[in-house]
Amino acid sequence: MDFLNTHLLSLILFLPTIAALIMLFLPSGETKLLRWFAFSASLIPFALTLVLWSNFDPDMTGFQFQEQYMWYEAIHSTLHLGVDGISISMVLLTTLLTPLAILASFSITDRVKPYMMLFLFLETGMLGVFMALDLLIFFVFWEIGLIPMYFLINQWGSANKDYASMKFMMYTMGGSLGLLLAVQMLGVLFGTYDLVALYERWNSLDPGSILLGLPVHTVKTIAFWAFTIAFAVKVPIWPFHTWLPDAHTEAPTAGSMILAGVLLKLGAYGFLRLVLPFYPLEAKIFAGALALLATAAIVFGAFGSFGQTDFKRLVAYSSVNHMGFVVLGIAAAGLAAGTADAHIAMNGAVLQMFNHGLSAAGMFFLVGVIYERTHTRNLEEFGGLFPLVPVYGGILIFMSMASLGLPGLNGFVSEFLVVRGAYPVLKIYTVVSMLGLLFTGAYILKGIAKVLHGPMNEYWARGEHKLTEINTREILVVVPLMILILIIGIWPAWILEVINKAVVALF
Amino acid sequence: MTTETLIWLIPLPPVLAFFLIVLFTNKNKALSHSVAVGAAFLSWLGSMIVFVRALGVEHLGEHPFASSINWLPTGETWLKIGVLIDPLSAATLFFVAWTVLMIFIYSVGYHNYGQPAGDHDHAGLPPHGATVTDDLGHKHTVLSVEPMYSRFFAFIGLFAFGMYALVVSDNLLTLFVGWEIMGLCSYLLIGFWYGKSSARNAAVKAFMTTRIGDVFMLLGITFLYYATGTLSYREIFTEEVLHTLATVPSGVFGLSAAGLIALLLFIGTIGKSAQFPLHVWLPDAMEGPTPVSAMIHAATMVSAGVFAVIRMFPLLSLDPKTMTIVAFIGAFTAIFAATIAVAQNDIKRVLAYSTISQLGFMIAALGVGAYVAAVFHLITHAFFKALLFLGSGSVIHGMEHGVLHTGNHKVDPQDMFNMGGLRKKMPITFWTFLIGGFALSGFPIITAGFWSKDEILADAFGHGHLAVFITLAIAAFMTAFYTMRQITLTFLGEPRTKEAEHAHETPWTMTAPLVILAFFAVTYGWVGIPEHFPILGGLVPNWFHEFVGGTLAEHPEAVEFNIIPLATSLFVALGGLFFGWLTYRNVQSAEQDKLQIPLLRNKYYFDEAYDFLFIKPLTWFSEVFVSRWMDKSFIDGILHIFGPATGGLGSFIRDKFDVPVVNQFFGDGSADATYWIGKNLRPIQTGRIQQYLILSLIILVVIGGLLFALLVRSA
Repeated sequence: MDFLNTHLLSLILFLPTIAALIMLFLPSGETKLLRWFAFSASLIPFALTLVLWSNFDPDMTGFQFQEQYMWYEAIHSTLHLGVDGISISMVLLTTLLTPLAILASFSITDRVKPYMMLFLFLETGMLGVFMALDLLIFFVFWEIGLIPMYFLINQWGSANKDYASMKFMMYTMGGSLGLLLAVQMLGVLFGTYDLVALYERWNSLDPGSILLGLPVHTVKTIAFWAFTIAFAVKVPIWPFHTWLPDAHTEAPTAGSMILAGVLLKLGAYGFLRLVLPFYPLEAKIFAGALALLATAAIVFGAFGSFGQTDFKRLVAYSSVNHMGFVVLGIAAAGLAAGTADAHIAMNGAVLQMFNHGLSAAGMFFLVGVIYERTHTRNLEEFGGLFPLVPVYGGILIFMSMASLGLPGLNGFVSEFLVVRGAYPVLKIYTVVSMLGLLFTGAYILKGIAKVLHGPMNEYWARGEHKLTEINTREILVVVPLMILILIIGIWPAWILEVINKAVVALF
Repeated sequence: MTTETLIWLIPLPPVLAFFLIVLFTNKNKALSHSVAVGAAFLSWLGSMIVFVRALGVEHLGEHPFASSINWLPTGETWLKIGVLIDPLSAATLFFVAWTVLMIFIYSVGYHNYGQPAGDHDHAGLPPHGATVTDDLGHKHTVLSVEPMYSRFFAFIGLFAFGMYALVVSDNLLTLFVGWEIMGLCSYLLIGFWYGKSSARNAAVKAFMTTRIGDVFMLLGITFLYYATGTLSYREIFTEEVLHTLATVPSGVFGLSAAGLIALLLFIGTIGKSAQFPLHVWLPDAMEGPTPVSAMIHAATMVSAGVFAVIRMFPLLSLDPKTMTIVAFIGAFTAIFAATIAVAQNDIKRVLAYSTISQLGFMIAALGVGAYVAAVFHLITHAFFKALLFLGSGSVIHGMEHGVLHTGNHKVDPQDMFNMGGLRKKMPITFWTFLIGGFALSGFPIITAGFWSKDEILADAFGHGHLAVFITLAIAAFMTAFYTMRQITLTFLGEPRTKEAEHAHETPWTMTAPLVILAFFAVTYGWVGIPEHFPILGGLVPNWFHEFVGGTLAEHPEAVEFNIIPLATSLFVALGGLFFGWLTYRNVQSAEQDKLQIPLLRNKYYFDEAYDFLFIKPLTWFSEVFVSRWMDKSFIDGILHIFGPATGGLGSFIRDKFDVPVVNQFFGDGSADATYWIGKNLRPIQTGRIQQYLILSLIILVVIGGLLFALLVRSA
């Protein structure tokens, strides 16, 4: 028990990798065994995360469950792990969504072993980013997460997978180049990559002094943008968003679930963990620019979504729209740092990350369910399917409403908080963003209207094309999401309190 | 149980019913409607207990039932939510509970419970009828049960929850939650028969149009929350907070903060209560089953819009500019919708426009400061409009019976010109509809509608808002006129079609709610008879004014009695009714109707204009501009430069450096040079020892000479 308590984070972090390596020795033909093994293995980190959550003390400031191991002595980089109220909610999201994504992948029959292994590797990559308290380790995990996803899209994706996987990979890698340089610069300057130490030293630099032959202010501005662009591509912030619809659309269903559910959060998390603490001044100066881009993401994301004829692209664009609110909250928090408005906006942003993880994963899964049966995503080819699949229809409407931000479900709470926090400091942007909310409604209703409502497309009603109802396994994937969506909508305090305390302590 | 606990519990039964039906009982029709009606009954019971207890509290306005809990952590503080029963919410609860329960019971009959399943019915379309064979071997077509019977009860359960939650809320946030849940339910129920394109479009239209208002309302809530740090009514409506809001300028249109917030919240009401210019969704909402229309038009949705703005009256009344806007919108909507109603032939559409118009009366009343009159009309209207809608549903139901009998499905059972003479076929429906129609017209003394409408006119006149007064008076005249037109075309005269001849009275589950609502459509007016009214005034105390007026910190004064508004309201009601009857008693078909002006029939072409002005451009913007031009062509176009550019750079390096310099010059060049040297040295490899020795000697001499020259000379 003691071992468990002192090594909780590293266990959660590396168990998926260990499981993936064990899978190497399992027979490739036994698909059933492989599926169940991967699924059970991914449940352990989730169970441990629940232990973590219950032992976490929200009232304590700073990082908890810290572990530190020497990693690269020559450059003073250590495997330093730890969580606070913000990262623990992201860890929960990741360990929750991974088993669900694996369960959603039970319909995969092609090369099950590498597929499942990639998912487990992916989990470690994502968790590492959320747990890392060392800049270099952060960067390492940041890049590790990319590779399994690249192969998942490239090998198990649909028609245009080569283009999409390449675009995803190159774009994110290209964006991270600046991040790598900036990370190295910090490491060289201070002789450590440890976040906790860097927070203090970096911010206590005398603004008038000279660094690397340049004024500190200039260096910081350059480094700020290097960080920001890397994270902006990942979030994605308009106009760096066009990789997203392609990658999401071409990825296999579970890949899209994780991509939208967790990977996008890595970018937003980077803003919270690195950009705002390292560059409070720059974040304040450039908040307006960030808010402008966030607003553009909200508005153009909604319009872009409405303009699609591909169901999955429609949902993919909705991520641009929703993540825009996260960025708007971040911009407001950067601008108003230290005030109640900043706390409210930041609470909203973090909760929106969590909420979008739930609803976007659910939406992509539901698109996948119907795609597996019909082999089309073209909205014009559906129509009036509700009587054929009443249970699926009900779930789709529920999930759509969560995505739409219906009060009583989770999305409303976080969007309201973001808007409330941003309004006093970024009035115009907030007002325009709210008009974006209007079009959020438009594309969600378009999706429902084209798929479920209207005169029935008889093609799906009989014969070998007959559309079959969502099955038990699929319902099991989506029900946990629905329950959480409802619970957060009705009683957000259980998670928001944890987030809130960390936010108050940090910003 | 304490009253506070009970108030928390009131909204819960319908939402539990929703989940129960969706998850467990949806296969069983009897169980589903029992759960739903049972839940509605429990909420009704709770509401009545709370109402009675509220009546027993003196100065309820100052000492309301209230309780709240922490909900959202916001930095160092919490956002609280809670329940509140003050006179306004108590009075609202009363009518909501009654109308909701009646609509639930009525729905059982309306959806043909107990009838056989249809021959060709399927989910998503209205039932088409079933063929049954009687004992004698004759085949009959009878009404068939709704295929999605259970689902309907689940949805109206959620709908009722939204309304109850909205009414008992003590803050704007949970009010908004209930508000939006009703938006969702209206969407689901208007699109209940989603298989019809028209229903699907109407559902989307309703949701989107109201959402325009909702977005502004949420903005208003955000602003208010930021400005005051709270969303709870009781904390906002304190003197200091209101004073601050009234004095701080908002920087927009010269309004005070209070004015701007109230205006934003009011835009929400414009959407929800279908006021001009967001009125377009309500008539299309007729696509839903009739109990839904009653739900939307009377018990819940549109009443919620008016309720919200009544709630915010202390804030609203701070800025005269906002009040003027409110009064204008209300009065204009009242007369504008009335003119459209005159030219509609669908029995439900007439009622739909009358709702818009009547809501305009309430809004206008608020705009002139007639707080109590607005609440009064809200409540009486809920009763008589629920009655009228359920009555019209009963008429349609009877007509459908006739349609099935004749088998002529081309006859529209909702077109009033296909009716006539139904008073004999459907007596209960006729008498109750007559009461409802007279209440809507403001038939003097006996009907509730008279008292509430008269109070609005009296207040408008008494407070000197002559323009509003005249507009509303004309609208009231038209109301009476089109109502009588409707009654005449539907019930009076002789049947104009075979179907009308074979119409049939509906079952008790439908008629009983009509009778109960008719009771309130008459008697509810008597609780608010002004004290100085000739003869009747003072016989019964003006309980309504005393009670509801107590909600406000400053008890509103009743206006002085004046004969002019009374005479006006008598004249418009009776005159309108008389002219309506006179004009339409002999009209046999739509062609003979002189008021079928295209402009009115087509609702001033608002749908077409909005389509042209907003929907088409925005669709173009998203499909072409954003998706195709901006993302695909421009942004991706730039990204796609990188690929070829990198490739080009690579090719350039390869073609201009790697290939010529590295490969050809150094790589191949060095090989070539070696080869060339080898080839040219080959002739001296002759194999003759003598030559080799001579060559060696020559080289030795040369090297020796060189060494000598270098070493000796340098030494």
